[in-house]
Amino acid sequence: MDTTLAQSGRNPVYRRRLLVHRLGIFLSSLAMAVGVGFLMWILFTLLIKGFSAINLAMFTQSTPAPGSDGGGLLNAIVGSLMMVGSAALISTPIGILAGIYLAEYGNKSWFGAVTRFVTDIMLSAPSIVIGLFVYAIYVANVKHFSGWAGSIAISLIAIPVVVRTTDNMLGLVPASLQEAAFALGAPRWKVALTIRLRAVKAGVITGILLAVARISGETAPLLFTALNNQFFNGNMNKPMANLPVVIYQFAMSPYDNWRDLAWGGALLITFSVLGLNILSRTLFNQKSQH
Amino acid sequence: MTSVDMTVPSANQTTSSIDSSQSTQLSDENLAKVMRRQRWQDFFFHKLTLGFAALVLIVLLGIIFSLFIRAVPAMQEFGLAFITTIEWDPVNDKYGGLIAIVGTLITSIIALLIAFPVSFGIALFLTEICPAWLKRPLGTAIELLAGVPSIIYGMWGLFIFAPLFAEYIQPALHATLGRLPVIGAMFSGPMIGIGILSAGIILAIMIIPFISSVMRDVFEVVPPVLKESAYGLGCTKWEVVRKIVLPYTKIGVVGGVMLGLGRALGETMAITFVIGNANQLSWSLFAAGNSIASTLANEFAEAETPLHVSSLFLLGLILFVITFIVLSAAKLMLLGLSRKEGTK
Repeated sequence: MDTTLAQSGRNPVYRRRLLVHRLGIFLSSLAMAVGVGFLMWILFTLLIKGFSAINLAMFTQSTPAPGSDGGGLLNAIVGSLMMVGSAALISTPIGILAGIYLAEYGNKSWFGAVTRFVTDIMLSAPSIVIGLFVYAIYVANVKHFSGWAGSIAISLIAIPVVVRTTDNMLGLVPASLQEAAFALGAPRWKVALTIRLRAVKAGVITGILLAVARISGETAPLLFTALNNQFFNGNMNKPMANLPVVIYQFAMSPYDNWRDLAWGGALLITFSVLGLNILSRTLFNQKSQH
Repeated sequence: MTSVDMTVPSANQTTSSIDSSQSTQLSDENLAKVMRRQRWQDFFFHKLTLGFAALVLIVLLGIIFSLFIRAVPAMQEFGLAFITTIEWDPVNDKYGGLIAIVGTLITSIIALLIAFPVSFGIALFLTEICPAWLKRPLGTAIELLAGVPSIIYGMWGLFIFAPLFAEYIQPALHATLGRLPVIGAMFSGPMIGIGILSAGIILAIMIIPFISSVMRDVFEVVPPVLKESAYGLGCTKWEVVRKIVLPYTKIGVVGGVMLGLGRALGETMAITFVIGNANQLSWSLFAAGNSIASTLANEFAEAETPLHVSSLFLLGLILFVITFIVLSAAKLMLLGLSRKEGTK
């Protein structure tokens, strides 16, 4: 390579090719630098603005009334935890069972192919439309916003994530492992649950963690399902405060202490999401190394 | 996979011999009972998982159906003219979706125009240029950033980006591109930092991680032998990328871009913060506007009249149909590539 490069200096064709090559490499590296730079900038802003807003009151007091000082995010944090937690409980069994179907029976049938396709679409479907859907089928019927509605909305976003990872993970199990179990006379459901699913337990848990990470930051589907609640509320049947919507409302507000709380909440959410992502990665990497 | 499926019928038969050897004395009758039970369990298991898989399909159909039902009043009132009507006037109960639809499309197109070259560069860097020890950390960083909630991008856009944009970039754009004859009008207008162009840029920053990680995965599909042969012929790295990697992964790259486009179209929070939320249509990209998602986010909870609600549902349906088409196309393209990978 070096000798060719040395000779190329004399040949105009080589020189042009080398120039184009260097330009391409330079632009590509620049893109990487710009991309990572912008994203770092966002994270650093978040760290600086968020850290100054985090204090004990944030975790012990509820959201302040308009114009009043201080206040915290306790009701929003609890509301978010409850909604994300129940959404995880709803979507995990549904997602895993649907994923098992796709891996076990879905490879030959058109139904399996269509379901896979639809799941993939749902993975990137606009989340605000999911909110509209839950509003149409649930909120409009019971005639009030509620924590449950929010939880259903975000579980609809989590389900496709769990389905796809379960399906993909199960696909990695060597066929010989199942054949061995079949040869021992195990029925199919037992092989699916105790051999195949157990073999990829870590991968499936990864999927669930990723789904939880995805839904913890979702704002749009909660806007008209869970709405918001200025007061502490542990009743899932009532409108419920939650971090993303509180951040949205407080960030858009004219009050300084509200904006500070919004930054604090944003930092909290981002770090939970990144933490969950990293946790799922390390978990998966550890298991797959064995 | 198929080999597994083929073993199933025989698996049930072999059950008998195994079970009988394990449990001390199983009579034929008991054996038949066990087999019958297991067959029932398998039947039940199949139907159970089938039911949950069907649920996913039902939800999708339910979304389209319920949006459609709710949108019917608006459709009856305004008909197809809804799409071409500018007026969006809750006071007089008259609604047209043109501003929101155009806003959605333009912000997404701006986002793609910026995000595509940058993502391409990032994917190229990660697969071809990056030293091996940096590959994993940088790749992971990009993937992690794809997970940052969109509301964070929105906040950053409103509080950090918009003021800088108004002070430095908008005047610069106005002084250069704004002087050109035809597109000049697009780069003039109020320099307030928020508006269609800002929304597009924030959206671009948000979808760069998505597109670049899809593109990186696609680039990695290229068989090393192909690239090595090109290098062996004396190609430069750039030529290998241009003439081997890109042609081989063309469909996948387009698929990745469409996936990003699907994300951009439906994105709510990143846009709502910076688009300005004004129901106006302007040639200027600096002007505030509205997108379908931001209109929904701003107005839905406060919508009073049934027609207002119905019009918002109609907007939601339009958004869903557009993203559905874009995402389907993306998926089919990516699927085509992975099939090609399987045969070669």
